[in-house]
Amino acid sequence: MVDQPTSIEITSLVKQHGATLAVDHVSLTVHRGEFFSLLGPSGAGKTSVLRMIAGFETPDEGTIRIDGRSMEAVPPNRRPVNLVFQSYALFPHLTVAENVAFGPRMQGAPRGEIMSRVRVALDMVKLSSKEERLPAQLSGGEQQRVALARALVNRPTVLLLDEPLSALDQQLRQEMQVELKSIQERAGCTFVCVTHHQEEALTMSDRVAVMHQGRVLQIGSPQDVYESPTSAFVARFIGVSNELRGIVRRIDGERVLVQSPDLLGEVQIVLPGHTTLQEGSAVTVLLRPERLRLSTVVQGLSGEQSLAASVDKVLYSGSDRRYLVRLGERLVWNVRVPNDESGRIGLVCGDAVYVRWQISDAVVLSE
Amino acid sequence: MKQADGWLWRLSLANLLFLYGPIAVLILFSFNASRLSATWQGWSLQWYRALWANQALLAATANSLLVATVSTLLALLLGVGLAVGLEGLPGRRQHQIEQAMLLPLVIPEVMMGVSLLLFFVLLHIPLSLTTVIVGHTLFNVPVVMIIVRARLRKLDPRLLEVAADLGASYWDALRYVTIPLLRPAIVGAALMAFTISLDDFIVTFFTAGPGATTLPLKVYSMIKSGMSPEINALSALFVVLSMGLIGLSLLLQRR
Amino acid sequence: MKISSHARWALFSGRAMSWWLLGPGLLWMGLLCFVPLCLIVVISFAGRGTYGGIVWSFSLTNYLDLLHPLYARILGQSILLAAGTTLLCLIMGFPLAYYIARAAPRRQGIWLLLVMIPFWTNFLVRTYAWMFILRTEGLLNTLLLKLGLIATPIELLYSNTAVVIGLIYGYLPFMVLPLYVALERVDRTLVEAAWDLYATRWAVLFRIILPLARPGILAGCLLVFIPSLGAFLTPDLLGGARSMMIGNLIQHEFLVARDWPLGAAISCVLMLFVVGMMGWSLRVAKLLSQQEHEL
Repeated sequence: MVDQPTSIEITSLVKQHGATLAVDHVSLTVHRGEFFSLLGPSGAGKTSVLRMIAGFETPDEGTIRIDGRSMEAVPPNRRPVNLVFQSYALFPHLTVAENVAFGPRMQGAPRGEIMSRVRVALDMVKLSSKEERLPAQLSGGEQQRVALARALVNRPTVLLLDEPLSALDQQLRQEMQVELKSIQERAGCTFVCVTHHQEEALTMSDRVAVMHQGRVLQIGSPQDVYESPTSAFVARFIGVSNELRGIVRRIDGERVLVQSPDLLGEVQIVLPGHTTLQEGSAVTVLLRPERLRLSTVVQGLSGEQSLAASVDKVLYSGSDRRYLVRLGERLVWNVRVPNDESGRIGLVCGDAVYVRWQISDAVVLSE
Repeated sequence: MKQADGWLWRLSLANLLFLYGPIAVLILFSFNASRLSATWQGWSLQWYRALWANQALLAATANSLLVATVSTLLALLLGVGLAVGLEGLPGRRQHQIEQAMLLPLVIPEVMMGVSLLLFFVLLHIPLSLTTVIVGHTLFNVPVVMIIVRARLRKLDPRLLEVAADLGASYWDALRYVTIPLLRPAIVGAALMAFTISLDDFIVTFFTAGPGATTLPLKVYSMIKSGMSPEINALSALFVVLSMGLIGLSLLLQRR
Repeated sequence: MKISSHARWALFSGRAMSWWLLGPGLLWMGLLCFVPLCLIVVISFAGRGTYGGIVWSFSLTNYLDLLHPLYARILGQSILLAAGTTLLCLIMGFPLAYYIARAAPRRQGIWLLLVMIPFWTNFLVRTYAWMFILRTEGLLNTLLLKLGLIATPIELLYSNTAVVIGLIYGYLPFMVLPLYVALERVDRTLVEAAWDLYATRWAVLFRIILPLARPGILAGCLLVFIPSLGAFLTPDLLGGARSMMIGNLIQHEFLVARDWPLGAAISCVLMLFVVGMMGWSLRVAKLLSQQEHEL
């Protein structure tokens, strides 16, 4: 990882918007050729970071280096980055070809070169047939591809995308996720994408940075971020997470006695990484719905932990079933059971079950 | 209530009659064959023909057109610059300058006229068509500024950001993005300024030198020398022209 | 996230660029509009030379001269004529504005256009039209004589009446438009509620509609009064020797009597009046909108 060339290096970036601290000492690096996403709810500061990379806003503190070069006094029209806007911002008075040709034209490229570059770019986004159309005559998806081509034609070091898929409908969005990723691979360009759709970020990215309230909470591969969240917020924001919060009462070898306000009595569970826990510390145990198993039998398989619960609701959603099981007065867990042979357990509301999971599947967060 | 409605309608109609009557009458009687204006004696185009033969009138028309063209072009240059340049300033400053630029439209025209006269005389600048042109720009510039700014405000600011992102400098963005998008407003403003210049009397009255007679000035002197149906004919033409130009201008601004 | 327009252009290289665009316009207007106006103020304190030049002295003589009954009369008459015009415009324009405000939204646009169109024609032409109508051998007299309503022609032209008619004709649209805007906002349910409570037609008008339309009335009156006060063409063509208004006086001093300092002083007085009126109306408008909020 250390040997990989970096495209963008952001150090301790700070930006104040009036009374709010929009970006709070954000540091991250983006490697060359990777698809990097800034993920977070609205107001997390991710768009601010993007705009600062592009040069539309100046940071109050911190530095941005692109390809090793500091961007301190560099105006946006001289940075080796291009931004694809959420609203696409296509020039309404220019045709598709003219829109795409804008960048090269501004850079003073000779006419022949401009035309060939435009053609290549439009080919890449599969929009060659619509060269002479005006933006108003295109569909949302087509407009987006023009915006992409317009940015890519400049062969930027980094391509920035601001919520690229948010204006598209569900069907188109799924298709474009794959499309976008393949365009990135074909162009060989570094992509930095801002989004609040975690599914999108996980599907397309090589690495994800989860942001919240101006701070970066976790950076990692989609798998890292999903399976090993380092904070409750990250766990909750990405996918569904089941939580058990409590205090460590006693550590007995491998077994940790946890007292949770949500459960009656204390539960003894084996937690991975229990050696780092101390008595009296607060702890949160996180489990993903698909890692849980429901069983009516008391005895579980080896390596499994279990808690008693009762079925609250059964939700059928095509490829799987979701069981909402109640473990305590205020604790309901979400269990996902695929609708295949092994999944047909025939439980109904009110049934008593045992919720089971492999010890290693639990994520332990201590405060 | 119905009764009141009836009255309301009648009064409104009366108002419209009041507004259009005189103009209609004027145009109607421009076709009157009789010289004694107020009695109808049949249709005739003789007064229009007389206009055409009137050399002084044609010269005045040429002057008017020249003044209107030059002052409009000048006003476009200065006014568009103002409109676009203002965008780069903070809001309060924008507002202040905008209000200041509207001054010529607010003060009584007589005052504008005499102040310009004073200015030229004190600086020993002889009065001529040039001084008239200068005077006309003073109210054309604010008009252009207002019309262009109204359109400018509706432009998507992201377009400028995108242009910058794609490598455009300030002037590139202005030339390739802002101005093309402002084109309908610019043309509309030009038409409006042109018409206002053609119509202007008071400021022209004070700033025109000998030989710098414009159409309105000529009409004025014609009126002062006595009534004649030629004036009716001239007025009719003027009315149609003004209405046409302004109508066109508004149409363009609507787009 | 809104980007301020300032930030928009700051993208490129600071505010410097804006001044290149603004510069020429500001310079032009500053030099040719503000400077001349300042000159007027300056010479209003100066004296008159023997042959009509300017003697650069400083005194208030000109302003004091204006208190002379001769000038005071003209000033007073101007105010009166302008006020009369405004009042009549209000009375005439109000029904029209009210009608338009209550018309179907689609027709409103057409009506407003109809009201504005005459305004786009040349002012000179419009004033001449009234000369044509009002003169002794004019249309009106001819018609009245033909209809046998009068025996000898009435002297309508070259009088204060003619001036007022001409001014009303010129500025009626300026009254109708603001009135329309204000009346259009009047909540019709209030009027209906009043009807329901047995109010008479007049009571509804005076107690409900008028008070609610006050901002519009104020704006309309201002937009008519101020240009009327500074009118030049209308009194010049339609008025008689005794119908002189401030505008004519200024012209007279500058081009006939050649007493420029005095003319400048009169202009300044006019300007002060105009500015004063606008300032006063702004205060009243603020008060009115405050009252509205309290309601």
